[in-house]
Amino acid sequence: MKEVLRRYGPGLTAAIVALCAFWVVMLIVLPQLLMIDFSLRPSLPPAKLGGPEDVYTARNYVTLWNNTIHRSIFLQTIWASALVTAITFAVCYPVAYFMAQVARPKSLPLLILLLVIPFWINELLRTFAWYIILAFNGPLNLALVWLGLLDQPVRLLGSPAGVIVGMVYVYILFMVFPLYNAIESLDRNQIEAARDLGSGWLRIHRRIVIPHAKPGIAVGCIMTFMLAAGSYAVPALLGGPSSRWFTEIIYNWFFEGGNWNQGAAYAFILLVLCVGFILLMMRIFKVGLTDVAK
Amino acid sequence: MTADRIRSSLVTAYMVLFFGYLFLPLIIMTAATFNTSRFPTVAPWMGFTLDWFTVLWNDRAMWTALWTSFLIGVGVIVLAVPIGLSAALLLYRLHSKARTVLYAVMVSPLLTPGVIIGISTLVFWDRWLDVKGGIFLTVIAQSSFIAAYAMLLFMARLQRFDLTLEEAALDLGASHLQVFRRITLPYLMPAILSAAFIAFLQSFENYNTTIFVRGLDTTLTVYIASKVRTGLTPAVNALSVIMIGLTILGAFVYELARRRELARQESAKRRAVQADMALAGSAL
Amino acid sequence: MSQDIELDHVTMRFGALTAVSDVHLTIPAGEFFSFLGPSGCGKTTILRMISGFMEPTSGVIRIGGEDMSGIGPNKRPTALIFQNLALFPLMTVAENIGFGLEVRGIASADRRRRVKELLDLVALPDTADKKVTELSGGQRQRIAIARALAVEPAVLLLDEPLSALDLKLRQHMRSELRDIQKRTGVTFIYITHDQGEALTMSDRIGVMSRGVLCQVGDGRSIYDDPASAFVASFVGETNRFTGRVIAAAGGRAAIDTPAGKMVGRNPRDLREGDEAILFVRPERMVPADGAADHNIVESPVSHQEFEGAFVNVFLEPVQGRTIVVQTTNAGTSNSNGAGNPWQPGATTRITFRPEDAVVLPQSEDVS
Repeated sequence: MKEVLRRYGPGLTAAIVALCAFWVVMLIVLPQLLMIDFSLRPSLPPAKLGGPEDVYTARNYVTLWNNTIHRSIFLQTIWASALVTAITFAVCYPVAYFMAQVARPKSLPLLILLLVIPFWINELLRTFAWYIILAFNGPLNLALVWLGLLDQPVRLLGSPAGVIVGMVYVYILFMVFPLYNAIESLDRNQIEAARDLGSGWLRIHRRIVIPHAKPGIAVGCIMTFMLAAGSYAVPALLGGPSSRWFTEIIYNWFFEGGNWNQGAAYAFILLVLCVGFILLMMRIFKVGLTDVAK
Repeated sequence: MTADRIRSSLVTAYMVLFFGYLFLPLIIMTAATFNTSRFPTVAPWMGFTLDWFTVLWNDRAMWTALWTSFLIGVGVIVLAVPIGLSAALLLYRLHSKARTVLYAVMVSPLLTPGVIIGISTLVFWDRWLDVKGGIFLTVIAQSSFIAAYAMLLFMARLQRFDLTLEEAALDLGASHLQVFRRITLPYLMPAILSAAFIAFLQSFENYNTTIFVRGLDTTLTVYIASKVRTGLTPAVNALSVIMIGLTILGAFVYELARRRELARQESAKRRAVQADMALAGSAL
Repeated sequence: MSQDIELDHVTMRFGALTAVSDVHLTIPAGEFFSFLGPSGCGKTTILRMISGFMEPTSGVIRIGGEDMSGIGPNKRPTALIFQNLALFPLMTVAENIGFGLEVRGIASADRRRRVKELLDLVALPDTADKKVTELSGGQRQRIAIARALAVEPAVLLLDEPLSALDLKLRQHMRSELRDIQKRTGVTFIYITHDQGEALTMSDRIGVMSRGVLCQVGDGRSIYDDPASAFVASFVGETNRFTGRVIAAAGGRAAIDTPAGKMVGRNPRDLREGDEAILFVRPERMVPADGAADHNIVESPVSHQEFEGAFVNVFLEPVQGRTIVVQTTNAGTSNSNGAGNPWQPGATTRITFRPEDAVVLPQSEDVS
């Protein structure tokens, strides 16, 4: 801190510290802490706040356990987010590998630009594009019928499959770039050498490319899972009663059920889930926080 | 040899499929804008029209939402860019354990789902400080994670900063404020511009956080989402097409500016080396 | 008013490391003073303490009699030339030079005039509107000096500013720096690990080793009368013979070495039985004629190094160290035939006068 003061002088240091303190305290730490505090209190009318009933209780958390519908939606959200993460990884790995190791340097800027452009486009708009494609009379149904794969159109919108397909599309770029960056730093000679030693392609990927790309894989998976589990736009647009997402339950507690305390408890559980997933990934891939947040 | 060729054509096919997958939905959505059909679709094709742009133009709710989004975006620039800059400057000078902790806290919003940022902001500001949802609270909520993006941008640029420049200015008698204004800030200017650009875009596009803190205000993304569910017409496509067009334009300009800046740095370095070589030659 | 710089028992510690140890020194106004020493000897730390980027752990720095403690670098009458020069890349040459005046609130017309004077002083009158990135290394050097002089400092501090230049340019800049110092009359404090720079430019030199100021004096006295084994071996080429003092009298000391008895001056008053080293410069060694019982080195010539006017002749090691003799090029040619004492393979007898050698305590030796 002395170093900061010596470098920036008292006036500037005060401004810097004040802005940082405002951010950390008012926008990050206190909201999170008080959300937890809030989730541990019962929902009371304003008159009873601070009264004898305003005590800490785990009731809001027990609700999730007892409510079988909410519980199954929670588990389904985890499972579907994991599935989205796995599919995204499978789709992106060859692309990232091709761009990082195979593509000619000349065509690379164009390929990157082609990836960057959809990345810049609003998540909601990309979801909306799939809304049109998945519509009952939409192009996908039409194509499937025309190809003879279906006898008649099926309901794609509102099905779990529709939500997952949409999410893969929307979050795919959060997987491609970390993978690409990680694989790109691998020396091509290592692959050549392994090949020279008679190693098959599968073994090269399993023993050389994937171990090298670990930090990128971790980052890609963390981002994708976090975005999927916390997604509201995609299930809201593409989902239906059979494919409800945990975030929708939370939203309803706030704006339809009017029970903020309950909603805060659910939100905290979602946060714990995401933090747990991050820690799991960091454990599996043995990477630190500085590798993740870039 | 042939195995290689088969493999390489398979890979090429996969790449074509992948990029098709990336762009086809956007193309279909765009095409649907120009279809006369009341529901946005490409088949059946009922005739080319530009009417949906007119419909959009005459939609007052859209204009209101656009204005709200714009205000919030400007607010986020004003709040998140200075915060990100301060945080980067602070972390740049700290070398203790506190730095690690602070860094972890500051990047944590990037690893927190957007809905949770919205919820925690709403609960804290509404229930404890009695600030109701609306434009101001949306700026607050969005800034909490957009500031982290800005911070990472500034940290990347500061990494290449030559500290002796600040020392030299100080040594020549400049006050700390003068050093900051004349040396540090001009050096960071490119990063400030890109941080502002990215902050605005992130804010403009945000949905997951915004829905919790918007109160009764409607941003453009909220407007689009509600239109999709109630009263969807190709006018929404028209809006999407315009936004995509602007985004692509923005992305191009941003990329171009970034590459030009890189090229400029390279050529400056080259010129200096050439001048040195010329002088070394003339000294002999 | 005289703006002498006083270092009053200045010490700087970083944790367990003592970077500067009790340096006590006065540098009078208008002097060109150099701190000479290997890297890590503490000379940069001294510079940063004088300029105000560091505060000494103990001791006081005074400029013109005024205590500098607690006064920041922007408030001190010093200007520092950084090793990498630290010219502001986003400003033109004129803006760089005028920066110190600008932050002092000097009107732009006065600023322009002053910048022009300084550009004339450093002989770069037409570069005012150039970008500093377009300048060559030598030009940047001069702009850095002009920028530092613009604020009319009492003392100019230079942190090895020539180290990035190539040899020819470096030699040229030495005389230019010396010239600028003489013309402006500003005190220069120069730090370097290059003894050539220190010897050619300085009025006085302070030799440093491991945070300690070992010796202060003009170039000749440091070279001819080193006060310690470190100074003798760090400044200039030297030959050394190690042994024990067998006699000490009349300002002379004799030591017993495996190569025979050696006699030299005894400035540190070593006594009989002390471990000592005798140092003698290569150019003070001459062929021996006649017999003597001391100061005789006998060894075969290994090879020669032709430097033009001078030739360095290397003899086979004595006491594990190669002996170097520097002589004029007359009579050293290999084609001189038999009797040429410098021909490789020929065994040579070398001698030197006791007044050209110095005997110093071995305990202070660092090499």
